[in-house]
Amino acid sequence: MKSLRFLAARLGWAFLTILFVVTLNFFIFRVLPGDPARAGLRDPRLTREAVEAIRVRFGLDKPVINCVQALNPFEAGDCLVNPLDTQFFIYFGNLLRGELGISYHTNRPVADHLGQMLWNTVLLIGAGQVLAILLGVALGVLAAWKSRTRIDVGALLFSLLAWSLPTFWLGIILLFWGSSRFGLPIGGKLTPGLPFVSQAAMLKDLGRHLLLPTLTYTIVFLGEYMLIMRSTLLDILSEDFILTAKAKGLRTFQILKDHALRNAMLPMVTLIALNLGFTVAGAIQIETVFSWPGLGGAVFNAVGQRDYPMLQGAFLLLAVSVILANLAADLLYSLLDPRVRVD
Amino acid sequence: MTSPLLDVRDLSVDFHLPGRPPGHAVSRVGFTLQPGEAMGLVGESGCGKTTLSLALLRLLPPQGRIVSGSVKFNGRELLALSEPEMANVRWKDISMIFQGAMNALNPVASIGAQISEAVRRHYSFMTPVEARTRTAELLDMVGIGAARAGQYPHQYSGGMRQRAMIAMALACSPQIVIADEPTTALDVMIQAQILDLLDRLRRELGLAVIFVTHDLGVVAELCDKVLVMYAGVTAEYAGVDEIYNQPRHPYTQELLKAFPDLSRPRAALNSIPGYPPRIDALPPGCRFAPRCPAVFDRCHIDQPALHALTPEHLAACHLVESES
Amino acid sequence: MTDQPTLITGRAFWRGFRRNRIAVAGLAMLLIALAAAVFAPAVAPYDPYAPVAITVESIYQRPGPAHWLGTDDAGKDVLSNFIFGARVSLTVGIFASFISVVIGGLIGISAGYFGGRLERWLMRFTDFMLVIPDLPLIVVIVAITRPSLTNIILVIGLLGWTTTARLVRSQTLSIKERKFVLRARSIGAGHLHILRRHIFPLVLPLLVVNSVLIISLAILNESTLSFLGLSDPTRISWGQMLNYAFERGAMSSRAWWVLVTPGFGIVWLVLGFTLLGHGLEQVLNPRTEWHHLTDHPRMVSLPAPLNPQP
Repeated sequence: MKSLRFLAARLGWAFLTILFVVTLNFFIFRVLPGDPARAGLRDPRLTREAVEAIRVRFGLDKPVINCVQALNPFEAGDCLVNPLDTQFFIYFGNLLRGELGISYHTNRPVADHLGQMLWNTVLLIGAGQVLAILLGVALGVLAAWKSRTRIDVGALLFSLLAWSLPTFWLGIILLFWGSSRFGLPIGGKLTPGLPFVSQAAMLKDLGRHLLLPTLTYTIVFLGEYMLIMRSTLLDILSEDFILTAKAKGLRTFQILKDHALRNAMLPMVTLIALNLGFTVAGAIQIETVFSWPGLGGAVFNAVGQRDYPMLQGAFLLLAVSVILANLAADLLYSLLDPRVRVD
Repeated sequence: MTSPLLDVRDLSVDFHLPGRPPGHAVSRVGFTLQPGEAMGLVGESGCGKTTLSLALLRLLPPQGRIVSGSVKFNGRELLALSEPEMANVRWKDISMIFQGAMNALNPVASIGAQISEAVRRHYSFMTPVEARTRTAELLDMVGIGAARAGQYPHQYSGGMRQRAMIAMALACSPQIVIADEPTTALDVMIQAQILDLLDRLRRELGLAVIFVTHDLGVVAELCDKVLVMYAGVTAEYAGVDEIYNQPRHPYTQELLKAFPDLSRPRAALNSIPGYPPRIDALPPGCRFAPRCPAVFDRCHIDQPALHALTPEHLAACHLVESES
Repeated sequence: MTDQPTLITGRAFWRGFRRNRIAVAGLAMLLIALAAAVFAPAVAPYDPYAPVAITVESIYQRPGPAHWLGTDDAGKDVLSNFIFGARVSLTVGIFASFISVVIGGLIGISAGYFGGRLERWLMRFTDFMLVIPDLPLIVVIVAITRPSLTNIILVIGLLGWTTTARLVRSQTLSIKERKFVLRARSIGAGHLHILRRHIFPLVLPLLVVNSVLIISLAILNESTLSFLGLSDPTRISWGQMLNYAFERGAMSSRAWWVLVTPGFGIVWLVLGFTLLGHGLEQVLNPRTEWHHLTDHPRMVSLPAPLNPQP
């Protein structure tokens, strides 16, 4: 019962946040100076009919929101606009139908582009995050256990350095080094024009393309996870129940595994969730450097091509993914922590 | 006389803190414990009771060093064991009930798991099912009931948590249990229940118990003998009747005055003014001299030796020495 | 962060600071960078803003006696660009983080101190902003407006306050419940007085540590923005240098000097702030030095070994 209410509260919260992002996304593109929504209509390559079609489809001929007087009940009569017949609600309706606009660059619906890109990004982030979390946790446990020794100081300095590396620069350096020394591909997801004789050959080619971006990702996030794990564990290892475990005669490895790590996982899940925003920032940089066909790379290309519908769509998808991932982390937390879980 | 179960002699523990002179937390303390015997370890907080208990299990924090003495369990010298050998002694031979069960229990592991973990560590021949059966048996024994094995510490009341801690301490049928202030932070009714439980189990299982406490009432009811500690040294060590009827050390006498005596409800209750000294700034003579009502010149210069009034009654005070 | 913030005296702080090697190293790195930025015209061998005639030989020259760090795609001296680039990073880092810390501090203190409905709404808003990924939003807004230095500072500053607000709020909450604040309230001290005399001095150390970390984040964000092509075209910045190099064939020309140098500058600055922040945190908030699993080989330090068996 109680857990159902918890679930409902979390879902409601995520829904509200998504609404907030959608609204923000709408206003940024319609209200900020530069009038980006209309800018594309001035493209000389478009015919007059095409311009008109776009204007109607996305409601660009309508007011942005209802006229200001409509908010005042005494003068409502002066306002002839149907509140639902405004750009904002047309945008909203289009979103619900999965319409995100037409790319200025390719003249194809933005949604068509973004679908495949999302999966490419998830693949890249997934591989990098899993490695970074595993290595970061291991290194953090080692540093906390051996705190104040040379191992700890070394791991700490390494993590601070890794944290300070600009992701895109580390990517450039690794790309420079990997492509000249080991002949690794300089970008993309698969070698173009290569006829793959088998599934395995294709996976091998994909792996070679994934290697450097994943390595960049891992190094950059490893430092942060290690720092979080170390400081969380230092607190936990000073708790009384660790002394109890030691008094029971348990071996150090078992204490670390069954008592310390299990407690440390809770703050880790929270912090990983809070970090998801940085994850996306990392994706934008890495996909740009390695020409990875994902959402982050789409952001970069859209900026360069002034392709605002694409930019808007990619941003929306990124933000909503982060919100949903946050929701997942919240629910995971409640499963891990018996104090939240109510039976 | 048979050799004692636990024979502690001359045990000293120093604390080394950076930038400070070493602190003498425990100095040359000794006692013996026979099978099934209960000893009270009494003193104000900060007198080295907990340090002494942790030293017996070799669980001191990194600042702490055992610098002299010997601890023999069944004739075996614990201070000469390697760390893995010592880990086998912990809980199997000597276990401990920590103060504040809430913090001493892992919040994200079920009570049952925390008990059976100890069982399986020391009875490696047991299958998981057998370990679970043993856990259920233990929980029944302390009155919790096996049905609650799957619950977590936050689902238990304070008294229940302390019972769980006791069940955990008995998991491997140890011969000695150290109970470090087992009833702090519990309300009076629950305190009495927990102490009854401990006393009953001790008699049923023939356990030797060290009660670490500042409550002389507990000691009077449950213990066979008493070790009174003050600022890391033995003040007085005697059978429980001697301590209550003929306390010889002024510190023991003051402690008894500070303890409400139900047979003399009108007697004034007084606490001892002042605090025990810091372990890195001990007075040169008797450590109790600055607070002692019977202090005289020599107390500030000489540290009194432990004097045997009878073979079973020891006290460290110049007054006792000059009397006999 | 501890639950019990205490006011550390200036002298005690300085003593702890000097003993902390991490903090001192960070500060030294920053002072060097600051000096280079301030005295850039004197230090740099060339004027990076002066036009250079581009010839086939002048672009992507290897490091040599005339150009210690070689030249870039426009034939300009990389070392001089590098020295001048420190100015943008430091300016954006300091001003943007100032905006963030002021906003975050105000929101955090008012939410924590006044509580009630104000706190609920402020924190709800903070949580909204916290979930939205920063960098994409910064990119979007800067791309739509114009990437001038002021715009970049404003956007990074106005979006970077969420973590500060949360930290400051929890710190304020714990200070609010302490005895001297309750006492000051009970004798009828005004809100402004309590905030200024009791709350702010105890939040300040946290704000300082936090602002150092926010600066390093702002510098990273600025360089990323510039690398993505959103830099102020009138000013040289490290991210912009990398953007030009990456987009204009430095990779295929194997001109490693153009790629390594600006990144080195970013790492130097960010690492300097990170070390300083980490060190400050250690000085203001010292941890206990041990835990229950710390190795303790000398626990039994007897003068002579004992026999295990009688």
